[in-house]
Amino acid sequence: MSQTIAMTVNGRAASITVDDPQMPLLYVLRNDLGVTGPHYGCGLAQCGACTVHIDGQAVRSCSVPASAAAGRQVVTLEGLGAPERPHPVQAAFIAEQAVQCGYCTNGMIMESAAFLARTPRPTEAQVKEALANNICRCGTHPRVVAAVMRAARG
Amino acid sequence: MDQITMDRRSLLGAALLVAFTAGPRAAQAWTEKPVATDRVESFLALDAQGNVTVFIGKVDLGTGVRTGFMQIAAEELDVPLGRVRVIEGDTALTPDQGPTYGSLSIQNAGVQLRAAAATARRELLTRAATRFGAQPGALRVEEGAVVAPDGRRATFAELLGTGRLELAVDANAPIKPPEARRVVGRTVPRVDIPDKVFGRFEYVHDFKLPNMLHGRPVRPPAMGAVAEAVDEASIRHIPGVVRVVHRGAFVGVVAETEWAAVRAAKDLRVRWSDWAGLPDQARLWEHVKATPVAQVQVTSDRGNAAQAIASAPRKLQASYDFGINSHASMGPSCAVANFEGGRLTTWSASQATHNLRKQLAMMLAMPVEQVRCIYLEGAGCYGRNGHEDAAADAALLAQAVGRPVRVQWMRADEHGWDPKGPPHLVELRAGLDAQGNLTGWEAEAWIPKGAGGNVDLTAAELGGLPRENQIHPGNIIHNLAQPYAFPAVKTVCHRLDTTPFRPSWISTPGRMQNTYASEAFLDEVAAAAGKDPVQFRLSMLPREETRGREVLERVARLANWQTRPSPQADRTGEVLRGRGVTFCKYELVRTYVAAVAEVEVNRRTGVIRVTRFLCSHDCGQIINPDGVRSQIEGNIIHTLSRTFKEEMTFDRKAVTSLDWASYQVITFPEVPEIVIDLVDRPAERPWGAGEPAAAVVPSAVSNAVFDATGIRLRSVPFTPAKFRAALSAS
Ligand code: FES
Ligand code: FES
Repeated sequence: MSQTIAMTVNGRAASITVDDPQMPLLYVLRNDLGVTGPHYGCGLAQCGACTVHIDGQAVRSCSVPASAAAGRQVVTLEGLGAPERPHPVQAAFIAEQAVQCGYCTNGMIMESAAFLARTPRPTEAQVKEALANNICRCGTHPRVVAAVMRAARG
Repeated sequence: MDQITMDRRSLLGAALLVAFTAGPRAAQAWTEKPVATDRVESFLALDAQGNVTVFIGKVDLGTGVRTGFMQIAAEELDVPLGRVRVIEGDTALTPDQGPTYGSLSIQNAGVQLRAAAATARRELLTRAATRFGAQPGALRVEEGAVVAPDGRRATFAELLGTGRLELAVDANAPIKPPEARRVVGRTVPRVDIPDKVFGRFEYVHDFKLPNMLHGRPVRPPAMGAVAEAVDEASIRHIPGVVRVVHRGAFVGVVAETEWAAVRAAKDLRVRWSDWAGLPDQARLWEHVKATPVAQVQVTSDRGNAAQAIASAPRKLQASYDFGINSHASMGPSCAVANFEGGRLTTWSASQATHNLRKQLAMMLAMPVEQVRCIYLEGAGCYGRNGHEDAAADAALLAQAVGRPVRVQWMRADEHGWDPKGPPHLVELRAGLDAQGNLTGWEAEAWIPKGAGGNVDLTAAELGGLPRENQIHPGNIIHNLAQPYAFPAVKTVCHRLDTTPFRPSWISTPGRMQNTYASEAFLDEVAAAAGKDPVQFRLSMLPREETRGREVLERVARLANWQTRPSPQADRTGEVLRGRGVTFCKYELVRTYVAAVAEVEVNRRTGVIRVTRFLCSHDCGQIINPDGVRSQIEGNIIHTLSRTFKEEMTFDRKAVTSLDWASYQVITFPEVPEIVIDLVDRPAERPWGAGEPAAAVVPSAVSNAVFDATGIRLRSVPFTPAKFRAALSAS
């Protein structure tokens, strides 16, 4: 039973028709809209690789049905900032070279950006807590923390 | 559609080369470019615009080595870094430099590339000397041109002309001396990071072909089960399902959309045969000891160790084990396969595309020339994970449907079916004389047979298709032999005929487990002798091991190490603090690492917190210092994760740790402060960085826990429950 869902993705209106409204938002973004910043890591809301912002909140798009984004503002890593006008967290990740394979990086940046919006002057311990449910297998943790602290200093 | 082929066409269009034939692409375009490792043109192409293309067989697995290769080429050819680009791991275009493992990319492939670039540079200088009537030594190379003393310039393009240049690599072509280097040895930001940070990087997971379908494997619920019947009607309700593929125990679905493939794989009803052939995990180590031995390898034998120990007034013995690990990559394995005109092309994150090519050809009974494997970066893999298997899945499915197929594993496929780091068991014995001197040392390891060969493809195994039918856990025998001058020593590896799960290498395979057992046991010996662990090690390192002594002394200074025996004296509180040291000379022939772990142990809860981890590291010449730091940090953290948390679980049928809740890994609050001290030796050859830093982690932690509490942990992972059990047994 197909359904048409309208949402705003990175500031642009998007309308997609899906067979299954339970299909996670992640698949809409990656396959229907070609927005590949968010990644599939687990599909279980355990790792953070798929994180996007919905109405400013960090959300795990692997575990949100596409229909739940109807009428909402979705922002992905691509929409957060660009080389010409990077988001402070993106600029800080480059400055700290806080990336190895980068598969987790989408989640690290999107989660941190939402966190800093709520907590502009965090302690290191708060940053670590905020990212406690984001997995990185390459061991970029110290650099990620340094990058978030750098972004917070502005 | 085929990005790399198009790039290559434009390169050929530029018509100027140190590389391959200009002119029309032959029918067999795939093999047109030279890839022999002894030819300059295999590694380098220079075009008329002054760009340099590097063709390299080792791939960037998210480690940043691509940037290192660019630095090497830019340095030897004196071209700006921005004019260098890299093509990696394409069987049609890049030399076969072996799989990307063992922290050998810079040490081997980087040195080969450097020799090729140095050979090219010498050729350019020779040609310029003739043109200018000058001595080659009087010429300068800058920004892709050769400059004469009188200021005349000739670009590389002018010097090479439009003809074809063929050059054998001269391993002795002069490389730039340290004082002349401008790019190598300095921190250069990684070229891939901006795209990764802005969501513009193309991972294999993002790669698409026109007309592409999506596939998912459906793995058996018991590892040895066979699919007796597949009920295709069970997924008829899902729109977009194209095909169910069934061969023996290989089952897969193909659909028009990815979500349809996910649903179909989940809903497909398969009647699987019964199978329960795995050992009881609670008795894993008995199983290991009872496994038939295929080969006994003596890796060191000096003096009569058995007798030296037997006749010593004090004897020690202990057994160390290290459980089964999954690579547990952040992104599940993914690949795209396409058959066209009888030829197969795969795009995957394989760390060994040249080998994968042979394996796929064997599985599909195709001539190897008809298979091309192209590398695209995936999630970091820390060894041979499931990337190759995803490529094999995709190839089988694409062959069945006659259209390109993309396969991405689900999380449970990755945790359940990637090849595993096998169980590793080491028993050690030592003797001490009355003065506390070590008289003899014996170590025996029980580890699977095999080395760094091809790990069989899961699809071939399940589908009953041709495969090598060998096991290959990596080179896991190293570092059981010791760098110390023990008066008598014997180290033996019992190479087991089988191991419960298809094995492969995960970061520092065997070398880490052997270092862990040996360096923790050495600490037990030092404690029994009442000696300081750093001094004890220094006293036994041979005089000529100056680089080894240096890293040990440096890390001790860095940690403000207080000379005294372990354990520390006051062990009455609930939270106790301690420090532990470890030394490693990697494979006894390269990179030196020494580390100090500082821990806090809660005796009541058994929770161990590493507060600081310090590491002195000498890998000879450093290409990109920040790149080396990043690799060391990554390997320390990954190995802390394995030391404290990671353990694959299984029942008699299959793996049961199928997600991040059941296979837990290190989290942000658990990551300690990491302090790294790099010893740079610009005049030495570059050795590997990365894996060697993993080798020192578990023993440094075990030693620190002992120092804090007097309790010795000998079974990885070091969980709170194991600590509490060891405490109550003490
Ligand atoms: S993919 Fe969504 S949390 Fe892992
Ligand atoms: S950088 Fe590879 S998983 Fe984080």
